[in-house]
Amino acid sequence: MKELIRTGKTVEEAINLALKDFGVPRDMVEVEVLDEGGKGFLGLISKQAIVKVVLKDVIKESAKNFLKQVIDAMKLDITFEIEETEDTIKFNLQGKNVGLLIGRRGETLDALQYLVNVVASKYKGYERYRRIILDAGNYRKRREETLTRLARKLAKKVMETKESIELEPMTPNERRIIHLALQDHPYVETYSEGEEPNRRVIIALK
Amino acid sequence: MGELVKTIAKALVDNPDAVEVNEIHGHQSIIIELKVAPEDMGKVIGKQGRIAQAIRTLVKAAALKEKKRVIVEII
Repeated sequence: MKELIRTGKTVEEAINLALKDFGVPRDMVEVEVLDEGGKGFLGLISKQAIVKVVLKDVIKESAKNFLKQVIDAMKLDITFEIEETEDTIKFNLQGKNVGLLIGRRGETLDALQYLVNVVASKYKGYERYRRIILDAGNYRKRREETLTRLARKLAKKVMETKESIELEPMTPNERRIIHLALQDHPYVETYSEGEEPNRRVIIALK
Repeated sequence: MGELVKTIAKALVDNPDAVEVNEIHGHQSIIIELKVAPEDMGKVIGKQGRIAQAIRTLVKAAALKEKKRVIVEII
């Protein structure tokens, strides 16, 4: 059910019928008017309006609209580009205020990413869900590199001192980066301890 | 600031028209009261308060720009 053809007394009425059937707001569809309808020849016969209403990519559209609204409400000077893969929709945020939107250790970016996924997942029933990822000024890539370097450095220290090291609390994604960085390490192993949001990675000798 | 909370809340709930936001301005802090339809409470709080926490984090970032302390209360 990606497109519907509906008729009505007016174009507006026909569009509204389609929106009701789709169950989405007006900004989630594109409308093509097939027949304006109205009064026919000499106003004797009134013709029905006919419209074709096509559902947009609702996951992407709802995420895009939500992001724009939040950026406007925060009065930030930020634009974004969209990169799509089979499983993800990635928004790359740019502009002079991105630092503010990243926040301390990315906590603001993670919060916004979480909210945008909650908002977009309302439309899960319409198409296969694709996870939404937010990045800003290459933050995610840089953070991954920093964490990988940190993991290697700490693994060396664990080998030297023969004592386990407990890292600071991290998000699931950041912990995953640490685990991955050391998964093939010959002498140390990693595991997590504690409850969210204070769950931490431990690096220990094997 | 209230505008931001309103924007986020409206996008989360099923009854956006029932969303009400009230700002109480103090000397150094602002209290933002968020009210939604009773059946939408879960939508703005989330499992273990995760959604409410994310809203507060975003508001905190916006408040940084205005150098004020902001408290978001869901009532």
